[in-house]
Amino acid sequence: MNPIRKTAKQERFESKQFRRFPVSWLPDFLLILSCVPALLVNSSSAADVVIGSKKFTESYVLGEIAKRTLTDVGIPAEHRQGMGGTIILWEALQGGQIDAYPEYTGTIATEILKSDSTLSLDQIRDSLEKVGVGMTAPLGFNNTYALVMRRSEAQRLGIRTISDLQRYPELKFGLTHEFLERQDGWRPLRQRYGLRQQNIVGIDHALGYGALVNGSIAVKDAYSTDAKIEQNDLFVLEDDLHFFPKYEAVFLFRSSTRADAIAALQRLEGTLDETRMIRLNAEAERTKNYARGADLYFERSARPPNSLNDSFPSKLSRWTLRHLQLAGFSLLLSIIVGIPLGIVASRGGAVGHVILGFAGVVQTIPSLALLALLVPLPFFGISIRTAIAALFLYGLLPIVRNTATGLQDIPRSLRESAVALGLSPIARLWEVYLPMASRSILSGIKTSAVINIGTATLAALIGAGGLGEPIISGLSLNDHVTILEGAIPAAVLALLVQWCFDLFDRVLIPKGLRL
Amino acid sequence: MSALVKFEDVCKRYGDAIALYPTNLSVESGKTTVLIGPSGCGKSTLLRLIIRLIEPDSGSIEFDGKPVTPDNINALRRRIGYVIQEGGLFPHLTARANVLLMARHIGKSEEETHNRLLELSELTRFSEKLLPRYPVELSGGQRQRVSLMRALMLSPELLLLDEPLGALDPLVRASLQKDLKEIFTRLGQTVLFVTHDLAEAIYFADAIVLMNEGLIVQKGSITDLRERAADPFVSEFINAQRGIASV
Repeated sequence: MNPIRKTAKQERFESKQFRRFPVSWLPDFLLILSCVPALLVNSSSAADVVIGSKKFTESYVLGEIAKRTLTDVGIPAEHRQGMGGTIILWEALQGGQIDAYPEYTGTIATEILKSDSTLSLDQIRDSLEKVGVGMTAPLGFNNTYALVMRRSEAQRLGIRTISDLQRYPELKFGLTHEFLERQDGWRPLRQRYGLRQQNIVGIDHALGYGALVNGSIAVKDAYSTDAKIEQNDLFVLEDDLHFFPKYEAVFLFRSSTRADAIAALQRLEGTLDETRMIRLNAEAERTKNYARGADLYFERSARPPNSLNDSFPSKLSRWTLRHLQLAGFSLLLSIIVGIPLGIVASRGGAVGHVILGFAGVVQTIPSLALLALLVPLPFFGISIRTAIAALFLYGLLPIVRNTATGLQDIPRSLRESAVALGLSPIARLWEVYLPMASRSILSGIKTSAVINIGTATLAALIGAGGLGEPIISGLSLNDHVTILEGAIPAAVLALLVQWCFDLFDRVLIPKGLRL
Repeated sequence: MSALVKFEDVCKRYGDAIALYPTNLSVESGKTTVLIGPSGCGKSTLLRLIIRLIEPDSGSIEFDGKPVTPDNINALRRRIGYVIQEGGLFPHLTARANVLLMARHIGKSEEETHNRLLELSELTRFSEKLLPRYPVELSGGQRQRVSLMRALMLSPELLLLDEPLGALDPLVRASLQKDLKEIFTRLGQTVLFVTHDLAEAIYFADAIVLMNEGLIVQKGSITDLRERAADPFVSEFINAQRGIASV
């Protein structure tokens, strides 16, 4: 199942709204800023072929299978896992940040090619070729949408097909937000089958299974290869009017990818039927480790997967280090840019309003949407640069605003004393105004730092790593322990940062202001 | 007798309100000129115009024979000391750093500034031991002494005092008045002193300038004001203050 496809759609919607604001200068602005982390962080990959995957189990497993297939024939490959939704991966593929990723024909037709009608495989392949993207033949399974119920209840009511639902208008449906919105989702389905149910709630995919099992909802959308169907003894209703398009799994790849790599990917064609894919997904979810699922494909389950060799302390230190890198560089940028902007803003006037307005607007953009907005821009793409740029933008507002108010709160008599002494404007700022505003500025920086530590967990969505990595894989594996492996260190880190800044206060705020 | 500061038809308004009607005034070198009048009469405005905290709408101000312009104002500010009622000391700096701030900014040598600091601490009767303290650790009277040291640090030709004793209790005020007068005499300092207290004006003034509603009503000695009042307001102002003083 694919909960993130919905998010990609929302991102596009939000990005349209965002464009109403005067952002024509935003790219230049970001470009200048992002030079700093670009120099500091080398995000380019040593691998020849970079495989991407979406943020759900099956995509992880397929990505890992592709990586193993390539490395087995001696092609250095890297797997950037869980990079978010369709739109992010598609942009990354076109931008060359990744070379291949697993996708579904139905998604390609509706979401990427924006076609209203059903397209044949050849039609899809032709359209993709025009933009320099190749497609393998189907891998062998059709992961289409389906409606599922508890087997016991379906039997009790005598429901076998979607058409049978017409007889029970009182049933409660719990559908994913994406399914509710999709062009091939709930609304056309309801029309086609003439369903009259009114009691429809939007619910997260993973939570929906819980709700279905405990009876809070009766019907839910699912993917036909979803391991949860078997685990929870669910019944897949027959699509008797053939409403759902085919979602055959394929690999998309850049046409410029080295030929032996393409050939290796093509060897995966037709090797995965539905039963097998369900088994791989179930194995990945059972072991809370998608590499295990990939192992099963190669029938090497005896060998422990790489990530298990990686001890928890070493993983934790890698995540934490990257997390600090993300939050640290972005905070540094926010400070370097935010304080001067705050100084300008403190003078008020139109420019001041524009600055505070801009910083405020940035704060209102959902983090995921901001990431998706930055990914298509040249120079950003799927990289740590994008994550740092987004975090930098989030960190701006508290610093800009606190610098501005800190300066504005200096009593007029003291400002005038500095002027009357004959200090030059720069000396007034350095010797008098900034030290006097230091408490407010530092508290703005502290706020930014704590926000950044929290928001940096989202960087994992675009493959930038950090403590978000276990959180996101935990979310898609529905594994609370894995989520906590990231969430607890992130919370501890936020507390430590807060504590460090309390120490800085004592050093950086002049003693005369602390008496 | 030469004029250090000369106002020529200087006018200042805030929106529709006129703070200062076109005004002419000379501040004599080596003398203490006291500006007096009720609140809002324009006496502080006059002071703030000299040091250019506000810009005049028309007219010109000359300092030492040259017109004050935005180009030369920062250099001129270093030749003028300015003390306000609340002292205007920077809370993040010690008393010492407050006094030395400007001297350091223009790169005076440590030795020179240190000697000057000792001189001033003696002159203003401010104990050297208190120099490392921050403004919040000082009393109101001590703060005004530090503020005065800061204003005198670069040996200014003109000292502007805007109700410097207004916020002090009577005993502290009396002792500071005495010390200030001594300092002015010792230094032969040109002073422009703003107050609303007639007794204080009489105590300090070589010349009193009485203002009301943005106009100079009369300039002269206290005897001139008492015996040759230019306007009924002059007698009214003097009698009102005397009335309170005799209670």
